[in-house]
Amino acid sequence: MLTNHRLLPVLLLLALSGCSIEPWVQPYERARLADPIMSFERDPVANGFRHHVYQTREAARGAEGGGGGGCGCN
Amino acid sequence: MAPKVVEEAAVAVIKPRALTQRIASLLSSGRLWLLLMLVSLPGFSLFATVLPEDRADVMYHRYDGGGVEVDGPSILVRKSVMDTVSLSANYYVDSISSASVDVVSTASPYTEERTESSLSLDYLHNKTLMSLALTKSDESDYLSETGSVSISHDMFGDLTTVSLGYSVGNDDISRNGDADFGDQVKRQNYRVSLSQILTKNTILGVGWETITDEGFLNNPYRSYRYLDPLAGNGFSYLPEVYPRTRTSNALAFRLKYYLPYRAALSSEYRYFNDTWGIDANNFELAYTHPFREKWIFDIRYRYYTQDGADFYSDLFSRRAPQTYLARDKELSSFQSHTLGLAMSYEIKPGFLQFVDRGTLNLAYDYIRFNYDDFRDLTRGGVVGEEPFYSFSANVIKAYVSIWY
Repeated sequence: MLTNHRLLPVLLLLALSGCSIEPWVQPYERARLADPIMSFERDPVANGFRHHVYQTREAARGAEGGGGGGCGCN
Repeated sequence: MAPKVVEEAAVAVIKPRALTQRIASLLSSGRLWLLLMLVSLPGFSLFATVLPEDRADVMYHRYDGGGVEVDGPSILVRKSVMDTVSLSANYYVDSISSASVDVVSTASPYTEERTESSLSLDYLHNKTLMSLALTKSDESDYLSETGSVSISHDMFGDLTTVSLGYSVGNDDISRNGDADFGDQVKRQNYRVSLSQILTKNTILGVGWETITDEGFLNNPYRSYRYLDPLAGNGFSYLPEVYPRTRTSNALAFRLKYYLPYRAALSSEYRYFNDTWGIDANNFELAYTHPFREKWIFDIRYRYYTQDGADFYSDLFSRRAPQTYLARDKELSSFQSHTLGLAMSYEIKPGFLQFVDRGTLNLAYDYIRFNYDDFRDLTRGGVVGEEPFYSFSANVIKAYVSIWY
């Protein structure tokens, strides 16, 4: 099962790296996306603490975005 | 008894296994192939990923809820060296004082401190960002060491960013007051994420993470409750027994949308399941509103719900009716609601020449937990029919950020 988990992303990337697509949003059209308010991780320290609070009170874990890595806390 | 525990704890602190050696030995066992293969992929580098910004954050955090108070500082400093390397260091402290409902029912209130330090290195090579991070978390009865590698790459004219990550961690668990107890946990995380520009106003994020744990996975202080006709109050306690393996999967979707005026709307959905029979879903909606030049306000609502583990029960029918037994409320069925408010004010500290800009930030979260199958024994009642437990938590974050 684990082997499949590791293999899948590699195959996906291999498939993707062979393609080329014309970008439908040009670089000069990305001013709004570059605004800090559009960042998924605007404040890494505050976000890290928020995930930590939920991880200690709830059973769900993972795919929080950002660094992750586990805290080993019970 | 106590001096012996202190002595053992001291030995553990003086002779920690060399973290880097352990990480290297863990990674050398054939797991680096994934990373190496990706780096060597022909035509893989289409556009540049950039290094994270140079910044420093100093935060005071406080959690107060359900008889548990946790507070402490967190300091993060990040600095790039030349144009290819960015280093960061984080130091974090939790000072915990706990008299939670489980503790009040079965043990004594306690205080303890957890410190976490981490170092990370990001390296930009051939327009691909590779990261390496080491984290160590230390408390009197729990020592945890984690190493992570990740690789991130932009493709399709910078519209798509794909990231892969792997972490491995080893935890050493002991029990204060019991020098004979000692066990370990080995943790591994596998992450894949994708960030996709959909339109000039919209970004989509998709993340998948599988986590495997092997070892001693319960809290060594917690007990399950069972009906006991011989006990005066009708029930007794025995230490919990959990499986020694757990594998969980989480899939998350995030959407961020820039509104016609300068403001952002974001939403998140995550599905979670694991081999213990826990299913969980959470949904979040947030709104970010800049005000004049210097202010940014955030408001968000998050709903979380989970089904309990297969081997959870608030009250077992008798002593050891099955192999695995848990009464940890985090493994029960419950919902939580969070309402979060945050504000940020931009400053330009003129007296610090090297600082480009800074922000002063204050955030407050109100969280309400309602349990479906965990009873509050402090409120009395007929055995097995005590009122269900619920509590509220207040979470405060106050921090200063500077960019240089």
